[in-house]
Amino acid sequence: MRSESTPLIELRQVSKTFGKAADSSVQRLLQRLHVTRPRPVTHAVDKVDLRIQRGEVVGLVGESGCGKSTLGRMVAGLLPVSSGTALVDGQPRDSLTPEERHAMRLKVQMIFQDPSSSLNPRLRVDRIVGEGALLHGLTDKHGFDDYVSAQLQRAGLSPQLRQRYPHQFSGGQRQRIGIARALAVQPELLVCDESVAALDVSIQAQILNLFMDLRDELGLTYLFISHDLGVVEHLCDRVVVMYLGRVVESASVDDLFARANHPYTQALLAQIPRFDVRSTRYDAIQGEIPSPLNPPAGCHFHPRCPHATARCREEVPALREVSPNHLSACHLNDLS
Amino acid sequence: MNAASKPVPSHVGLQAQSPWRRVVLEFISSPTAVVGLLVLVLIMLVAVLAPWIVVQNPYDLMQLNVLDARLAPGSANMDSGYTYWLGTDGQGRDLVSAILYGLRISLWVGIGSALIAAVIGTLVGLVSAYVGGWLDALLMRLVDLLLSFPVILMALMILAWLGKGVGNVMLTLILLEWAYYARTARGQALTESRREYVDAARGQGIGPWRIVVGHILPNCLPPLIVIGALQIARAITLEATLSFLGLGVPVTEPSLGLLIANGFQYMLSNEYWISLFPGLALLITIVAINLVGDRLRDVLNPRLLR
Amino acid sequence: MSLPERNAAAMSTQAPTQTPTLEVRNLCTSFYTRAGVLPAVRDVSLRVAPGRILGLVGESGSGKSVTGFSILGLVDAPGRISGGQVLFKGRDLTQLSAAGLRELQGNRIAMIFQDPMMTLNPVLRVDTQMIEAVRAHRTVSKREARAHAGRTLALMGIPSPEERLRAYPHQLSGGMRQRVAIAIALLHAPDLIIADEPTTALDVTIQAQILSEVQKLVREQGTSLIWITHDLSVVAGLADDVAVMYAGRIVEQGSVADVLDRPQHPYTQGLIDSLPSRNKRGQRLRQIPGMAPDLLSMPTGCAFAARCSRATSVCAQEPPEREIAPGQTVRCFHPGAADAQ
Repeated sequence: MRSESTPLIELRQVSKTFGKAADSSVQRLLQRLHVTRPRPVTHAVDKVDLRIQRGEVVGLVGESGCGKSTLGRMVAGLLPVSSGTALVDGQPRDSLTPEERHAMRLKVQMIFQDPSSSLNPRLRVDRIVGEGALLHGLTDKHGFDDYVSAQLQRAGLSPQLRQRYPHQFSGGQRQRIGIARALAVQPELLVCDESVAALDVSIQAQILNLFMDLRDELGLTYLFISHDLGVVEHLCDRVVVMYLGRVVESASVDDLFARANHPYTQALLAQIPRFDVRSTRYDAIQGEIPSPLNPPAGCHFHPRCPHATARCREEVPALREVSPNHLSACHLNDLS
Repeated sequence: MNAASKPVPSHVGLQAQSPWRRVVLEFISSPTAVVGLLVLVLIMLVAVLAPWIVVQNPYDLMQLNVLDARLAPGSANMDSGYTYWLGTDGQGRDLVSAILYGLRISLWVGIGSALIAAVIGTLVGLVSAYVGGWLDALLMRLVDLLLSFPVILMALMILAWLGKGVGNVMLTLILLEWAYYARTARGQALTESRREYVDAARGQGIGPWRIVVGHILPNCLPPLIVIGALQIARAITLEATLSFLGLGVPVTEPSLGLLIANGFQYMLSNEYWISLFPGLALLITIVAINLVGDRLRDVLNPRLLR
Repeated sequence: MSLPERNAAAMSTQAPTQTPTLEVRNLCTSFYTRAGVLPAVRDVSLRVAPGRILGLVGESGSGKSVTGFSILGLVDAPGRISGGQVLFKGRDLTQLSAAGLRELQGNRIAMIFQDPMMTLNPVLRVDTQMIEAVRAHRTVSKREARAHAGRTLALMGIPSPEERLRAYPHQLSGGMRQRVAIAIALLHAPDLIIADEPTTALDVTIQAQILSEVQKLVREQGTSLIWITHDLSVVAGLADDVAVMYAGRIVEQGSVADVLDRPQHPYTQGLIDSLPSRNKRGQRLRQIPGMAPDLLSMPTGCAFAARCSRATSVCAQEPPEREIAPGQTVRCFHPGAADAQ
């Protein structure tokens, strides 16, 4: 029933809004007593479309407050969507039975940024890695030790370490435990949320290599969330750029790094410190990232954009194809 | 075999080190706390073994001789000739025996009520944090209400209604103490539930109650243990206070507080020992528990942990 | 007062013979823990000339931050400077009294932290804090101090400084807070600034702005700057000189051009090679195997030997610091370009 082109994950016009703190003390009291609900105001993610095909490595980049982590959590099913539809293998997540939803949740696993907070400090490694698999019948009590050992080995850790506690490991090893845990439930998609950002440079390379090896061995699909464009360029097939809750550009890696269309993407690419560039650039885009609580009208990027026009201040630009499979949300494209 | 599956060398031994191991090591690094713990263990031992240590059963009125009443420390028994090392009280009880039996009651009431309150309070706190919404609001307002009344006043009210007796004192203490645990457990559970390992467990399809009991609860224990230690001391003092005021245990089964109260009237006639020695026993017990509790608070401090 | 017009000896082409602002000689800092002595900084020597920027690069546990804190005399117990000299304009800071150090701190030597809230007090307005900082080392009226604070903020490229002065720290964004913290460091036009990963937590567009402003100011004021970071790419653009630390020692140092383009130490080479931009896209990265040694049980000899492909039996001894080219020193028995091996 599923054709080759059915995406593993598809988000259609997905939004996520978070409640804002109440203004007056009366409102706050009513909310505390659960008489009224807080008004949803923050559009952490605003009508985003995202398709991830099997075997693809999709990079999701953007700066703080752009909603990339929120989007990642919605893909992983850890956060419900506020509006829009999330489809897994072409089936809307809402239409699934509880059992199907469980199986689907295992299909998408998340690798977190901070390995010390994502591992329970009071549990031994074997339980951290194997509890989910045991619960879902992927292994049984007799095969448990072997199963956990196999996962640890796949993540590049000695199986002898499975009786230890997380605090006995270094940062890179802890991240490997997190990866072993994800692999233990036999996922198809790994959502990596800044998974190497907290690691040292030399350890970063080891973990990135592990991700690439696992892709080849297990045919895994990745959503790779990162602020580090160098890592994304190296690892990904396709890149999605977000700014203040919206997707501003989406293209293949080659296309994006060679011919960035959106002014924000261009600015981002220009400002990454590069190893082979021996100066700090002075043409930095000015200004701060606006608060997601109160984003600018029209194109969110217009206050910092060197090309902004009157139209940009009023009308939200739609995501349009500027060349095959290269989408960008900028009014400038209508001029040419 | 490619490089990714090559085990990463490690510098730590293979031995598993539970996070609790560090707590034990830190604890024993403080000499005062170790002394406190030893004293506490000794007190608990003699309290438990009291029936086999003492020369008379102070609760058995048949064994008491009124002629031996209010003898000074070191006096000899009229009948069998053994020495009253700490003297006797107004009923002719051997004070050593009375103190050990009193300790039994005090510790039983203190530890028993603190443990039961801990279980109830932790459960309420976890439920409150997990269910949230109006139930959380309701339970926490109840906790606020309980904690805002002076403890003695509440205890007096409850006991006046229930009547005297060891069981009733314990019930009173539990009613007053569970709120502390509930508030701490709820706060801790809320903090812990925001940590990423909870998300990771959810992503692994682990059920909510399993996460609360198997993953969050173990991380809530350190502050609860600290509260528990200090609450035991509080419960013992409170029981002593209530007994001193005549609302606690019955006269036939004197706890330390009641012994102090009984001896109080003889203080002016220079028969100091009847109050003094039970008082000292109470003081040493409380100080020992507090030394242990303080050290536990230091080593279980969440900012130092992990 | 206006900021000094000491632009004179700025840009990069200085002779290394010029009197350095800071010269660290054989600095050792250890932490005396119950688990044993932890040698965080071992025999570190470096010098920074006026108007120059030194990038101090290393991974976590390499001792780069402890080196920065040691220079300022900010190492807390159980840590202690156990040897060496820190010569600031010829005066040994390790011999200075607490009062003498305080006189220099925040005045002639300033520190910028990764978290700006280490500098900023959350309950005080920005102007209150900056006025206090000015008057701590200079007798001027509050009005003058405030005016100077405003000028310094403007210098850091902060728009509408008057508005920022009236704000509380929590009303500012993370990037703005860090700029204010940097402005406070710059208040007395210090001779030396030590910056510990100040842009690591910031977004790239904000980082780019701060990097270019800091570089400009340092050049103009003739300040010496030590920029502690794990990010080689930041150092590549910002610094004049670079020192690479590993397990408490400087394993290689020299000018940015020499060290980053012609690295001689296998660790420096490994770090550079593992950058994704230095690898073919989609291919496995060239990684350094293993991980940094535990400082509590350090191997004898070269600390990198266990991870090094060039290691031989001689590496069981401690490699001395050798000058391999003018101004470039390496601690390795087998230095050389990567391809030569």
